[in-house]
Amino acid sequence: MIIYGVALLAFCMLTGSITGKLIGALIGIDANVGGVGIAMLLLLFLTNLKSDHLKLTPLSNTGIAFWTAMYIPIVVAMAAKQNVYAALNGGAVAVVAGLLAVGASFALIPILTRMAGQPDDQ
Amino acid sequence: MISSIIENVLANNALITAFAFVGILSFSTNKLSDVLTAGRIHGSAVAITLGLVLAYVGGSVTGGSKGLADIPVFAGVAVMGGAMLRDFAIVSTAFGADLSALKKAGLVGSLSIVIGVVLSFVVGAAVAVAFGYTDPVSVATIGAGAATYIVGPVTGTALGASSEVIALSVAAGLIKSVTVMIGTPFVAKWIGLNNPTSAMIYGGLMGTTSGVAGGLAATDPKLVPYGAMTATFYTGVGCLLAPSILFIMVRFILG
Repeated sequence: MIIYGVALLAFCMLTGSITGKLIGALIGIDANVGGVGIAMLLLLFLTNLKSDHLKLTPLSNTGIAFWTAMYIPIVVAMAAKQNVYAALNGGAVAVVAGLLAVGASFALIPILTRMAGQPDDQ
Repeated sequence: MISSIIENVLANNALITAFAFVGILSFSTNKLSDVLTAGRIHGSAVAITLGLVLAYVGGSVTGGSKGLADIPVFAGVAVMGGAMLRDFAIVSTAFGADLSALKKAGLVGSLSIVIGVVLSFVVGAAVAVAFGYTDPVSVATIGAGAATYIVGPVTGTALGASSEVIALSVAAGLIKSVTVMIGTPFVAKWIGLNNPTSAMIYGGLMGTTSGVAGGLAATDPKLVPYGAMTATFYTGVGCLLAPSILFIMVRFILG
């Protein structure tokens, strides 16, 4: 049943969001801290269980795979609803701060990757 | 009469209209990418960029804050591209992710979150100083905005910054997220963004969920779960560090 896959995904996301909100409340901020990451780990854990009873059928899997395939279209919609107008009219200090922060972060990626012992031209 | 009926149907079925709209947009950008760049620039990169352009148009026409979605017939774009479905789709990408790759880069990935927050904060704060800001609260708030557009206002509110400075910090965060979305596919090769380890580091350093989601979609969707895994913790770490230890550092340096 496709709904099993969709429901499992929903269960993971809700559990992750509740946990993330709880972490946020614990450290005193009203934000979902790490909820998506926790949900992803939970989904990985549950779909890798060895038990035959819990194994998803290929059809149930498509309930998850559909949303993976919808990822890019959803991101395109996300781009179209950004407040780009405010970003570009925010003033020079905002534009320069944003651009330089991205540039510096990009530059650090190869350095940290090398530190991790992974060839960066894999 | 016909146009008002069409408008009515489109607005009343907002999410369905958004599906159709994004489908048409993706079809056109895929064709554009093939014809104009022989597929060298990914169709989804073109679609995301065009989405941002339309968001600018929407914002300038309506004066609202939701880009294209502030135009009534496109209201569904806000639902389709909102945090709920975005996070749902991001979580789904973990299905089939490589657990051992995640474990392997776990430490450097977590480290990259802290480094990313501090780096963006320092850069943002330095820019604020260069533009003549001298009071620690404003400098820290703009620095926090260079982390993400959530860390900025959280920090600014906690420190009692002026609303102009908070607005600036949101704008800095938005610029960051837009730049990450558009820029990632262009620098991916140069920064070695082609494996789970570098994707986790990328997510941790960038931290903007929408930026990382868009950047990886346009570069290599297979890397999404790794980048999203670390990016999701960034705003929390930022909200923790910026108004506390990082603000104290700024106050110490600026006297």
